[in-house]
Amino acid sequence: MTRSQSLAGLLCAAVLGLAVFPWFAGEFYIGLMIRIMILGIFAMSLDFLVGYTGLISFGHAAFFGLTGYILAIVTPESGPVTLWYALFMCLSGSAIAALAIGWVSVRTSGIYFIMITLAISQMFYYYFNESVELGSSDGIFIFHRPIVALGELTLIDLGDEFTLYYFVLVSLAGSYLALMMVLGSPFGKVIQGVRVNEARTRALGFATQRYKLVSFVISGTLAGYAGFLEATHTGFVSPATLGWHESGTILMIVILGGIGTLYGPVLGAFVMVFLQDKLQEFSELWLLMMGFFVVAVVLFLPHGIAGLIARLAGARPANGAEETGQDRKPAVPAKAGGAADGGGAE
Amino acid sequence: MDIAIFLIQVLNGVQYGFMLFLVASGLTLIFGVMGIINIAHGAFYMIGAYLAFWLTGVVGNFFLAIVLGIPLMVAIGYAIERLAITHLYHRDHLYQVLLTYGLILIFNETQKLLWGTGFHSVRVPAILAGSVPLTETLVYPHYRLFISVVCLAVAAGMYAVISRTKLGMMIRAGASNREMAQALGIDIGKVFAIVFSLGAALAGFSGMIGAPVSSVYPGMGDEILIVSFVVVVIGGIGSIKGAFVGAMLIGLADTFGRVLLPELAAMVVYSLMVMVLLWRPQGLFGRPA
Amino acid sequence: MIKKQSLTTTRRRFLTGTAAATGLAVAGSALPTRFAIGAMAPIKIGILLPYSGTYAQLGNAITDALKLRIEQAEGKLGGRGVEYVAIDSEMSVPKAPTNTEKLIKKDEVDFLVGPVHSGIAAVMAKIVGGRETPIMIVPNAGSNEVTGELCAKNIFRTSFSNWQPAYPGGELMAKEGHKTAVTISWKYGAGIEMMGAGKDAFEKNGGKVVQEILIPFPQVEFQAHLAEIAALKPDAVFAFFSGGGATKFLQDYAAAGLKDNIPLYGPGFLTEGVTKAAGAAAEGIKTTLHYADTLDTDANRNFRAAYEKATGRSADVFAVQGYDTGSLLLQAAAAVNGDISATADVIKAMEAATFPDSPRGDWRMSKSHNPIMDIYLRQVVDGEQKLLGVAAKALEDPATGCKLI
Repeated sequence: MTRSQSLAGLLCAAVLGLAVFPWFAGEFYIGLMIRIMILGIFAMSLDFLVGYTGLISFGHAAFFGLTGYILAIVTPESGPVTLWYALFMCLSGSAIAALAIGWVSVRTSGIYFIMITLAISQMFYYYFNESVELGSSDGIFIFHRPIVALGELTLIDLGDEFTLYYFVLVSLAGSYLALMMVLGSPFGKVIQGVRVNEARTRALGFATQRYKLVSFVISGTLAGYAGFLEATHTGFVSPATLGWHESGTILMIVILGGIGTLYGPVLGAFVMVFLQDKLQEFSELWLLMMGFFVVAVVLFLPHGIAGLIARLAGARPANGAEETGQDRKPAVPAKAGGAADGGGAE
Repeated sequence: MDIAIFLIQVLNGVQYGFMLFLVASGLTLIFGVMGIINIAHGAFYMIGAYLAFWLTGVVGNFFLAIVLGIPLMVAIGYAIERLAITHLYHRDHLYQVLLTYGLILIFNETQKLLWGTGFHSVRVPAILAGSVPLTETLVYPHYRLFISVVCLAVAAGMYAVISRTKLGMMIRAGASNREMAQALGIDIGKVFAIVFSLGAALAGFSGMIGAPVSSVYPGMGDEILIVSFVVVVIGGIGSIKGAFVGAMLIGLADTFGRVLLPELAAMVVYSLMVMVLLWRPQGLFGRPA
Repeated sequence: MIKKQSLTTTRRRFLTGTAAATGLAVAGSALPTRFAIGAMAPIKIGILLPYSGTYAQLGNAITDALKLRIEQAEGKLGGRGVEYVAIDSEMSVPKAPTNTEKLIKKDEVDFLVGPVHSGIAAVMAKIVGGRETPIMIVPNAGSNEVTGELCAKNIFRTSFSNWQPAYPGGELMAKEGHKTAVTISWKYGAGIEMMGAGKDAFEKNGGKVVQEILIPFPQVEFQAHLAEIAALKPDAVFAFFSGGGATKFLQDYAAAGLKDNIPLYGPGFLTEGVTKAAGAAAEGIKTTLHYADTLDTDANRNFRAAYEKATGRSADVFAVQGYDTGSLLLQAAAAVNGDISATADVIKAMEAATFPDSPRGDWRMSKSHNPIMDIYLRQVVDGEQKLLGVAAKALEDPATGCKLI
């Protein structure tokens, strides 16, 4: 059995496991698993950008929170909104935002790209934080979960936790497959070329800026979809959902899980949330333990958890550079393009 | 607003700018010279503040506390560099971000263990507790003037060290071209350790002298961290002059923004950064990439 | 090379073993494990309060007083023992849904006590209101909607609505002859509602609010705004801050020289529990609140002595609210002899509860499950909240939008 076949097998087994999970688990854990799967979708969207296109965004939570607010705005207090309408509004909203933010950001690269995505997401954060109509720092409620209705008949009521669970599971699997398809297409090959060596890709005649922008939009829209699911699930959104802590956490989940694997970040989400839940029970010092865990992962598990699993399964390390922990060409040259000029001498 | 109030707001902005400058200069040095993105930098600011709070309680005198606190901060910075940061020199930026994020968690929780989760005040020392009248209703505390003066002195000192001393020369060499500097016999490892310790001490010092006006509470490092990054990016990575100009710009923009455009105040700082990045991507004083 | 190989294998085996064990443990823990032990099991009280940050002292005060009250009844509720499950809310509204779900679904608490923060209260109320159990008791958060639009049979409050302590404060400002005022507070539920109530009262009594300043929560950098206030030269300033933020505001206000020129008013939280830390900066400030340290009743004196003995701190309004929460729980459990599964009876008992030993004076529940109580006028004298009189008698919150009334 080839490596990719065994991987596919493992993933199918995992999906099957997730499918039967609700029949065994208590109410609380079903909710937890929904959260994990939603985070998984969010993480995959970021991995598409970071791991495959090579653009490190520190502001991805902007899309995650934006759709939550859009859902809150379109859902009236009196009753639910239809799923199609809600999805249309949310996804087009996040796609437009991604287009605008992407257009401004992809002109930069490296550390500046990181900073500008951070800055723009902070602007979103402060906009919602200041807006009294939208609840300012307290956030805003979504009183009813969207439904799929045909006339009088309710076909899918996301208000039922079970239904929502399977809706999210299908979304997770679907997103994964969709992203894999995109990556396998000619378009996908080009953006991966951009990550490896942008100059060479451009020399081959591809308008890399445009490819980066499209990749950004895809990534942002999917993150928006995850945000829609999250807001549907919790019934609540607040400015913190857009904040840099959220962006940092999801970036951490992606790295922890294993960049550039797509399934790795989902695993990362699972580990992070479960770890948090268990550690919290175990000790008040759980955040401290998390901190050490993160440091340990960076020092000893350079390929993240996915890399760990691959190693356990006997696969050879990606570039053979595992011992030094150097896995890819750094996104920014080591000199960081700057120099300490003489403390204001000029 | 009339001229007196305008001047007061300028004073407020400049004072905030100075404190930002101390933190941001450390950050820009670390990134410019060592190529390390250290998002735990805000934690150094917080540690400094807590040290000021704790040491003042122990020795009873705020100034003595600062004198004792500074070498402590240098030691902490050195320890962190040796234990954790050394492993990051050849790693991707992503891993630097991740590891230093883990450090933030460790620092925050350790601080809670040591000093609890409450909100603490540090009293302004008696000789500086007075104020100078500015208008018929408003006075300006002496202590805030003191902060500005001290920061100015530190800035001047930094300039002197970096441009006039041998150490400063080694730092500048390491920043321009690490490999060449090493080839010429400069112990780059030692320079890095010094730069990191210096950066940590600067941030910690800012926290210490700022403690009486900002109060001391968990998570105080997070807020200043992100603004410091904005300052560094606007000023140009690796440029102390840039950090100074950027810090003043942000300090004034933030202060006036709060009063003139309260709805959009917070967005002002970030809009500024976006504009600078679009116009001059390497920052005001950074080297073109 | 061979050496590295064997090391890798051993490490791999170790990691595999650990991973497998972890996987099993994780899978196992997801199974529901609560087994019915019977009516003699301890009553579970879930607590969601801030134990860190600017409101930490409030969370601690409420918790300590609550436990004190139950200890005074030999630590039993209706004959059953008590088990507390506390989570630090960290004043985080986004974490509130998860924290609340955890207490309700994972820990399966019988009563839910919390929070301090008005925004978190709204989140909790929305979740709890949609269920039959648990019964939620709010020991502080004043969010008007908790006993307003979000009111529910199983939601009670032993503290106040943001409107209650603030409205008389606005009236006081007008009564003392001030014509113009500036309001300043944090931009979140509690701040907005209290400033709104104060402004309402002030303007109904002939005053005019010339500027409303709202600062992002929980920032404590006031310099720019103090200069703004000085520039506007109002007759008075109406402010709401609480906990550490209040200490800082009072200190900064005095340090800027405004204290002697522009008198400060506000709901009592501005000076509650912070007089020691703020020192001279708090002296002389008049506020309105449903409690005053020097209330001359046995109930208050006994409470203050007991609280100080148990915690080493002076009691404040937050402790009083925690204490009354304990009283409410005791009455609820006693009425059903500990059988709290009879939810309807428990709720009836809570609605009819009386508080003769309440340090704030006797009060009762309104139809919207909010206290109907006296609001006192107090002034900080020598670091103590001195009672000057009653600002409003038996004040009932209008409870707009509540379906229970």
